[in-house]
Amino acid sequence: MTDAATTMNGNTGGGLTTRNSGEAVRKSLKRRYAAEKRFQMYGILAIFFAICMLGLLFTTIIGKAVPAFTQTMINLEVTLYPQDIDPDGTRDPQVLSRANYRTIIRQAFFDLFPDVTSRRDKRQLFEMISPGAVFEIRDQVLKNPDLIGERVTIQMPLSDDIDQLNKGQIDRNLPEAERRVKDKQIAWFERLENRGLVETVFNTTFFTAGDSREPELAGIRGAAMGSLFTMLVTLLVSFPLAVSAAIYLEEFAPVNKWTQTIEVNINNLAAVPSIVFGLLGLAVFINFFGMPRSAPVVGGLVLALMTLPTIIIAARSALKSVPPSIREAAYGLGASPLQVITHHVLPLAMPGILTGTIIGMAQALGETAPLLMIGMVAFIVDIPQGPLDPSTVLPVQIYIWADSPERAFVERTSAAICVLLAFLVFMNVSAVFLRKRFERKW
Amino acid sequence: MSFPVLFGVLALLTIFGYFLGRSRALATAGGHVRNLHSLPNYYGYYIGLWCAVPGFLLLLAWMGFETSILDGMLVASLPADKQNLPAAELSLLINDVKNLSHGDVTSREVVDVALQDAADFYAHIKSMSKMLLTGILVVLACGGILLARQRIAPELRARNSVEKAAMVIMIICSTIAVLTTLGIILSLLFESLRFFEKVHPLDFVFGLEWSPQTAIRKDQVGATGLFGAIPLLAGTMLISLIAMCVAAPVGLMAAIYMSEYAPSKVRGTVKPMLEILAGIPTVVYGFFAALTVAPFFRDWGLDFGLTISSESALAAGMVMGIMIIPFVSSLSDDVMSAVPQSLREGSYGLGATKSETIRQVILPAALPGIVGSLLLAVSRAIGETMIVVMAAGLAANLTANPFEAVTTVTVQIVTLLVGDQEFDSAKTLAAFALGLILFCVTLVLNIIALTIVNKYREQYD
Repeated sequence: MTDAATTMNGNTGGGLTTRNSGEAVRKSLKRRYAAEKRFQMYGILAIFFAICMLGLLFTTIIGKAVPAFTQTMINLEVTLYPQDIDPDGTRDPQVLSRANYRTIIRQAFFDLFPDVTSRRDKRQLFEMISPGAVFEIRDQVLKNPDLIGERVTIQMPLSDDIDQLNKGQIDRNLPEAERRVKDKQIAWFERLENRGLVETVFNTTFFTAGDSREPELAGIRGAAMGSLFTMLVTLLVSFPLAVSAAIYLEEFAPVNKWTQTIEVNINNLAAVPSIVFGLLGLAVFINFFGMPRSAPVVGGLVLALMTLPTIIIAARSALKSVPPSIREAAYGLGASPLQVITHHVLPLAMPGILTGTIIGMAQALGETAPLLMIGMVAFIVDIPQGPLDPSTVLPVQIYIWADSPERAFVERTSAAICVLLAFLVFMNVSAVFLRKRFERKW
Repeated sequence: MSFPVLFGVLALLTIFGYFLGRSRALATAGGHVRNLHSLPNYYGYYIGLWCAVPGFLLLLAWMGFETSILDGMLVASLPADKQNLPAAELSLLINDVKNLSHGDVTSREVVDVALQDAADFYAHIKSMSKMLLTGILVVLACGGILLARQRIAPELRARNSVEKAAMVIMIICSTIAVLTTLGIILSLLFESLRFFEKVHPLDFVFGLEWSPQTAIRKDQVGATGLFGAIPLLAGTMLISLIAMCVAAPVGLMAAIYMSEYAPSKVRGTVKPMLEILAGIPTVVYGFFAALTVAPFFRDWGLDFGLTISSESALAAGMVMGIMIIPFVSSLSDDVMSAVPQSLREGSYGLGATKSETIRQVILPAALPGIVGSLLLAVSRAIGETMIVVMAAGLAANLTANPFEAVTTVTVQIVTLLVGDQEFDSAKTLAAFALGLILFCVTLVLNIIALTIVNKYREQYD
């Protein structure tokens, strides 16, 4: 605009005719329209960039996650000699669970390769089977002790390196020293494949097991249960607190300095970095009150304090959107102030409050940093049974796995991320659904 | 009984009290509701409150103080020579006793008789404590029910009492936010003051070197424990700057396009898509940065003959920038949409094109809000933890080179506090001092941002 004005001034100053000045305007117009196009282009590019990054993020992670949902297994025929498992024939579960299944597997596996004799080769050969194979046999035997003495085929996992090899994640053309699988192991694996003993199945372990140092035995069940307990505590603490606070602030609080202080505080708390809440939890809950480290209770409390502002703000705006006429009608019929709120305003505001709560809980579910502070980052194999058991949560499990050097953990990390994102998507979609379904236009 | 069970018991008693109150009220009124002052439910709530409130407070207090009291009793029961051990050894001993009493393994090779005795004593007082709690709780709850039940009469103004109690509860709930802030400030201040007893505050704020490993032995080499926060602050600034270099232009242009150009259909799909970026957990971004973006930059640097560290500030900052795009775009979009239509029309009337209107009319009018949104984004970037923990380095380099590894305040807090640590060393206390800096900086940024936004928002209303 200013450019155009100056050009025109300059031209008239030179004593040019209208036609010439019109020419100048047309010229500058061309330039200005080009600028307009460029400007609009920048906007589109910015959005395109952001969406591309989003797409890149999702495709990399999902692409990396897909292989984690399958696991390479071997169908190994083993003979369950009674003298190895239950020499006295007591069928006592204690004895059965302590039996040395390792030797049984070793024997059966070495029988497949009679040509492997040297100690070193045998060790490399046995490394191909996951240490978890023992548990497969043990569980089968415990479930059905009659199997003892029989010759049975049991499906057991192969080690993570062989699994990676089978999935094509290990380049067979690399020099032997640069890959984790040796040439001999590849040859043995190919022999197993040719005999049809290798099978790729859906990876149920990933959904039923706790954490493990062996990628093929690691699962997210423990972390998921930890997340569940943590979220339960968070919900139970933050929802009632936030809703009562919101009702008081929105409906009853007198306008004075104290109320203002509370409001400013809530707004500021919403923007405090999450890690600071972790420091608060460490100093107050763990060191001052002596609560157990790594427990979902403490994690839940910290996350509850963190989500409190989110829910309060959402609940207040939901309460605000209920029209005053509802309140007045209820007062007119003789309801007390609290009855007006609990019988009329709160039910009408509930969908909005729940939407805010779900969004707050989704934030809390994805939160990692404050939980690292209160020790939920430990390596925990057992699946937690209650909110006081040591446990970790899904995002922290992702962080732990992301730090692990084994290649197979990369795909498991991505798979765990997919599970976490699935939960988040579910929560957000249900929030949107709630809003769409129950939203009222007054 | 464990705490969850006790809470359950209390809840059951409360429900029982509610029904008792209801039926009692109806009975005293001769079965006619009109004889009562309040509706029967309120008599139920009345008893329920008398049962639940004292019991709940008792449980909370017990939960809070049980451990410290039991530890005190345990220490008092130990022989005098054990009691005078240094704090760290004493806490280790207490831990061993506790583990032993649970039947877990201890850190000691041999478990001597004294230790076993202490463990038995601990198990004993622990079970005593639980029994005592159960007893007091049941007595308190039942006493509350009985007391309240006696008071029930048709003239009892139950609704008024219940509403008064509800109001008090709501007021207490609303102060939680203030208490949280207070708790944050006090705990950070308290621990920081203890840290400043060991390290001079000026050395901390202006020191140029950061290497928090304090020497375990006196004669150890190279582990002096230097706590100079400048390299961390510089690293934080560098990464935040890179993040803002990505987020500010992209977020602003996206906001401009969405508020001024995009048809409502496009806006309706693009806006939620951008907001997905804000909803993705930061640990996912951290994984993405460490796994995809950092190697990409490193390889790209190799092609151009640059050495880019695999934990470069560039990768972490870039991914963080992507994460905060929606923080910039959402708020800026709102601010620009709030600029009144008359300003646009006035500008079009003078012959300005759309982009000229945006640049010379709308942006200046929306500037305070935009500045506010950028400041909020900066504070978000400074406080962001997981991306930098996973993708930025640990080495405290004082450098402005984005291709090198730098470390940030949040990374150091995490590294200092994750894992087993004794609570009194300067190393762990330093984390709280860093937390205090972080809290203050983000608080100031937020206050400035909110003031700017609020002060200038109503200009056109």
